[in-house]
Amino acid sequence: MRGAVAAAHRSAMESLGPTLRLMAGTFREVARRRSALWGAVMLTAILLTSLFFPLFYPVDPLAQDLLARFQPPAWLDGGSSAHLLGTDNLGRDALARILHGSRVSLLVGFSAVLLGELIGIVLGLVSGYYGRRLDSIIMRTADIFMAYPFMLLTISVIAVLGNSMFNLILVLGASDWVIYARTIRGSVLSLKEKEFVESARAVGTRHPAIIYRHILPNVISPLLVLGTLRVANIIIWESGLSFLGMGVPPPAPSWGRMLAEGRMYITDAWWLATFPGFAIMATILSINLLGDGLRDALDPRLRNISN
Amino acid sequence: MLHYLLKRLWHTVYVVMGISMISFFFIHLSGDPVMLMLPGDASMQEVEQLRQKLGFNDPLYVQYGRFIKKAVQGDFGESLYYHVPALDLILERLPASLELSLAAMVLALVVSIPIGIISAVYRGSALDMGSMLGALFGLSLPHFWLGIMFIMIFSVKLGWLPTSGRGTFAQLIMPALALAMSLMAMFARLTRSVMLEVLSLDYIRTARAKGLREFYVIGKHALKNALIPLVTVAGMQFGLLIGGTVIIETVFAWPGVGRLVVQAIFNRDYPLVQSIVFILALIFVAANLLVDLLYIYLDPRISYLEEK
Repeated sequence: MRGAVAAAHRSAMESLGPTLRLMAGTFREVARRRSALWGAVMLTAILLTSLFFPLFYPVDPLAQDLLARFQPPAWLDGGSSAHLLGTDNLGRDALARILHGSRVSLLVGFSAVLLGELIGIVLGLVSGYYGRRLDSIIMRTADIFMAYPFMLLTISVIAVLGNSMFNLILVLGASDWVIYARTIRGSVLSLKEKEFVESARAVGTRHPAIIYRHILPNVISPLLVLGTLRVANIIIWESGLSFLGMGVPPPAPSWGRMLAEGRMYITDAWWLATFPGFAIMATILSINLLGDGLRDALDPRLRNISN
Repeated sequence: MLHYLLKRLWHTVYVVMGISMISFFFIHLSGDPVMLMLPGDASMQEVEQLRQKLGFNDPLYVQYGRFIKKAVQGDFGESLYYHVPALDLILERLPASLELSLAAMVLALVVSIPIGIISAVYRGSALDMGSMLGALFGLSLPHFWLGIMFIMIFSVKLGWLPTSGRGTFAQLIMPALALAMSLMAMFARLTRSVMLEVLSLDYIRTARAKGLREFYVIGKHALKNALIPLVTVAGMQFGLLIGGTVIIETVFAWPGVGRLVVQAIFNRDYPLVQSIVFILALIFVAANLLVDLLYIYLDPRISYLEEK
């Protein structure tokens, strides 16, 4: 009996071992790829800026200055160093608004993906591990969610619930679980036939414990890649919703709304619609670079192809 | 083959059922239309009478049954704002959205497939690196921002193209290009990786060993198999595209379904919103079904494998 417990313990360690090894290996692989490294550096810079900008750019994004409306960026004629990227139709500082907007986009992007992954992981594990009725119910629901165009789903829910930061995260996260659930389910299906899972079952480990200790650590890494790439999509879509006026409610600055407002003044104030777009692009680009690097590092089959 | 078809059809049926339930649920959730129909000073009694008359007091499943019965007959309810059947409004706007989506899709495929093939064949070359970097940028641009930049440069600055509206070819160029950009990037990357995989297979070596010219090997033997995943993704993306025109239609004042849905949301015209979502979801399902059927033709292995 004791031997069996020890064996189960050993197998648990073995199942954790590869995960740790994989993580270390992933890190090395990512670091070896120059583009992925660039992505990581860019994203870190963006995250740090978003966290700490009040220390070096303490300008109120909501402060209006009607005497300083439509000031161009500092390096152009008529620009002033007080407003580096110029001001908008109400004389608000564009750079401060972009910086504050970064918090909205990043917060919504990462939280929504986290929520989606959480739902997806739980449903995917349950679906793959227990199989049968539960599996078919969850997977049929997933099919229906897949058929419902993501953008329209989020739009129609936001239309009903109303727009707030919380609702945005909730809606974007809850409609994004399918892709994670499917990925997890696939790996669980192949994993649950493996010896170490069987032996854990043989010594009487409870199902939830098997799932948590033996299965979960081995299926989590593809989700890292998927999640990273999804953050990019969610951020684009969040700015799209904001652009349509269905994002975080005003006056809180968000990139999408800055684009929508800037769009009205493209004839006289080109900078208003231009720079928030650059901010979105830089963020998405860094996430995509990192995500691509992670995928190459974690999936050796793809590695050969994409190099 | 028949088994596969039946399975696919069953899949479509329950997905449509599910979608109809979600749509019904949202209509129900979006509140009581009776309040919107009556004047603000209507008494509680009048409200109750109208509720009774319209059947809002029936159990949910009875209401759902009625919803389905009407939907099958093509009755998706009436727009609260325009006071005409929702379906009429949608059918009137749908061609514009289809035109835009189709233009974007064709543009994306025509540009991206050659780029993907060239990148795969000259893998590692400056050309390959350049196109893949370009593709990465293409994936990272929000298409509506691109649309605004287009307007700024080509309409406002240069005055080459009209800023908005639909009717002439010139008006189609910018929205279609903006919409196509991320698709182009996606397809170019996909074509490249699929081609790389296919080109390493034995039958390609055989074709080369036979002395076929490289042009034939790539253009005929390799491309044919590389097309299969492309068809899947393009089909799915086309379904998504019609819903995805929402923002670009707003940017370019394109009179399609996307713009209709945005206006309906701001008018609090929930029956119209839900009808649009339901119908677009149906189109999406139909597009997927079509792709699956196309599959049988493109890849005979599929129906064979399903049989086993």
